Amino acid sequence: MSTVTAHAPVDARIPLRGHLRHTGALIRRNLLWIRQDPESMFDALLMPVAFTLLFVYVFGGSIGKALGGGQDGYVQYVIPGMIAMMSMTLSQGVGTGFSQDFNSGVMDRFRSLPIGRGSVLFAKIAVELARMLFATTLLMVVAVLVGFRITNWPGLVAAVGLSAVFASSIMWVFLTLGVTLKNAQSVQAMGFLVLFPLQFGSSIFAPTASMPGWLQAFTDYNPLSTLADAARGLMVGGPVAHGLWVTLGWSVALTAVMAPVAIRAFRTRT
Amino acid sequence: MTGDTVTGMTRYDDDPAGARRAVTVRGLVKHYGETKALNGVDLDVAEGTVMGVLGPNGAGKTTLVRILSTLLAPDAGRATVAGYDVVRQPRQLRRVIGLTGQYASVDEKLSGRENLYLIGRLLDLSRREARARADELLERFSLAEAARRPAHTYSGGMRRRLDLAASMIGRPAVLYLDEPTTGLDPRTRNEVWDEVRSMVGEGVTVLLTTQYMEEAEQLASELTVVDRGQVIARGGIEELKAKVGGRTLRVKPADPRDLAPLAAMLDGLGITGLASPVVDAEDGVLRVPVLSDEQLTAAIGAVTARGITVSSVTTELPSLDEVFLSLTGQRAGRTQDAPAAEAREEAAA
Repeated sequence: MSTVTAHAPVDARIPLRGHLRHTGALIRRNLLWIRQDPESMFDALLMPVAFTLLFVYVFGGSIGKALGGGQDGYVQYVIPGMIAMMSMTLSQGVGTGFSQDFNSGVMDRFRSLPIGRGSVLFAKIAVELARMLFATTLLMVVAVLVGFRITNWPGLVAAVGLSAVFASSIMWVFLTLGVTLKNAQSVQAMGFLVLFPLQFGSSIFAPTASMPGWLQAFTDYNPLSTLADAARGLMVGGPVAHGLWVTLGWSVALTAVMAPVAIRAFRTRT
Repeated sequence: MTGDTVTGMTRYDDDPAGARRAVTVRGLVKHYGETKALNGVDLDVAEGTVMGVLGPNGAGKTTLVRILSTLLAPDAGRATVAGYDVVRQPRQLRRVIGLTGQYASVDEKLSGRENLYLIGRLLDLSRREARARADELLERFSLAEAARRPAHTYSGGMRRRLDLAASMIGRPAVLYLDEPTTGLDPRTRNEVWDEVRSMVGEGVTVLLTTQYMEEAEQLASELTVVDRGQVIARGGIEELKAKVGGRTLRVKPADPRDLAPLAAMLDGLGITGLASPVVDAEDGVLRVPVLSDEQLTAAIGAVTARGITVSSVTTELPSLDEVFLSLTGQRAGRTQDAPAAEAREEAAA
C-alpha cells in the first residue's frame, strides 16, 4: 500500500513530522561523525580545562588581588564568564564542518533530496549545542575542583540555558560563513576576526570599571560581555537584568536576520 | 502554495508520436559572468531510454545536470523532468530523480550501510524500510561484505557503486549519471557499466554525461553532443557515425611481414581521395580510410590482385572519437582542462 513507486503522484509539502524525521536522521549522521572521529571532540574537552587552569592559576592571583578577593574570589568571578566564552568559541565549529561537507559532494546529494533545506542546518546546530552542553558540564567539574562553589543551582541552569540560546543565534552567523566561504581555513579565520574583539573587549576576564570610557560603551552592549554579566549574576549574585535583556535582544535579532540569510545562502550556493 | 501541488495525472509531456518524455529541455541558458556554460540547449529524453550527453570538459554537461537536479537555477529557458518544472516544482522533482555526481558524493566517515540508511530516512522510509532497502542495495551492488566499514576505506570502484546504490534508494524515475566512471581504471569501469545496464533493465530513464566515447557507445541508445554550451549534433549512435561519413577498411594479412608492402602498394595506388593507410603493427592490421563503395571495391581488388594471403577483411564505422573530431574540430576529452580534472579527482580520493 505504501510502497514507493516512481510514478505515484507526488506531494510537494513536507509535513512537520517529515521535517523532524529528516533533522533527526541528520543529527544521527553528525553524531556518527563524532564516533568515527573522536578527535573532533578535543576542542570541547581541552578548552574548558586549559582555559580554567590558565586563568585561575596564571592570572588569577594578581587579578584577584587587584579585585580584592584573591585567587579564590577570582574563581567565582571568571567561571561564569568562561561559560559565556565557550558558547561562542565552540559555536564556530558549526561553520567549519559545513565547508567540508560542501567540498565533498555530500551537500549536493542532500540538496537534491526532497527535504526541507533548513533540516541540514538545524541538525548541525543541534549537535553543536549538545557538544557545548558536554563541554559546559566538564567546565563545571573542573571549576569545582579549582574551588568554584555552586550555591545557586537554578541560577546555573538558567546561565547555561541563556548561553545556549545566544550560541544557537550566533551559530547562524558561522553557518552563513561556512556556506559562503570556500574552505574551512577561511571560515576559521573569519570566525576569529568576529570572535577576538568580542571575547577580549568584555567583562569575561576582568571587570570593565577600569577600562576607558569608549571601551566600556562597547562592553555594555557586547553580547558576549552582557552574557557573562548575566551568567555571573545568575550564578554568584549581582545585577542580571541589563545583561539578560541585551543578550536576549541580540539573540532574537541575530536569529531573525541571520537564519533566513544562512538558509538562503545554503539554497542558492552553486 | 497551490502552484506547488500536483493535481492532474498528466505528469509527462506526451510526444505527438506517442512516446512519453521523461526529460524535456527547451532553450536552457546559464551564464557565469562572461562564460556561457549553457547557451540555448534543447534536449528530449524518452522514458526508459539512456541519453548520452557527450562533450569535452567545459562543454556544459555538469551545469545541465545541476539545473535538472535543482541545484542550480537557469538564467533562461525551461526544463521539466517527469513533468515537473525545475524552477516551479523543485520539491516534487527531487522526489523522482536520482543523482550520481562526478565525484562520488557519499559520506566518507559513514559506513556503506549508514550512508544508505541515512538517504532512506531522508526519503521518508520508515526505520525498518530504510534498513531493509539499504541491505537489499548493498547486496545488489556487491557491497554486503564491506557494509560496516567506513566509506573512506573503500576502493574507487566500491565508492562509485555505493554512490549508485545511494541514488537508487528512492526508486527514481530518472537517474542522472554525471561522468560516472571518470578517474576509474578500465576494469572498475566495466563493473560500473554492468551496474548501470542492470538499472536500465529495470526501466529507469538515464541521463548520462560522459567524455568517453566508449562509455556512450556502451550505455547510450541516443546521443546529444555538446560543445561550449551548445548542442552540435544529436541522434542514434549509428546515425551519428553515418552522418560523419567514411568507413575504415581493416585488412589483416596472414603474415604480419606483408603489412608494410601492402601499405606501400595501397598508398601508391592513387585512388582518388583515398587517404594514406595506417599500419597497426600491434594488432597486425592495416587501416584504410575509404569514402565510397567504389573506393572500397578498388582497395579490396588491389589487395586480391597482389596475391597476399589475408586472414580477415572487415569494414568499421568511425569511432565516436572520430565523430567528435569531425564535428568540433578538436579532440574530445583531451582539452587542457582534462589533467586538472584528474588532479582534482586524485585529491578527492
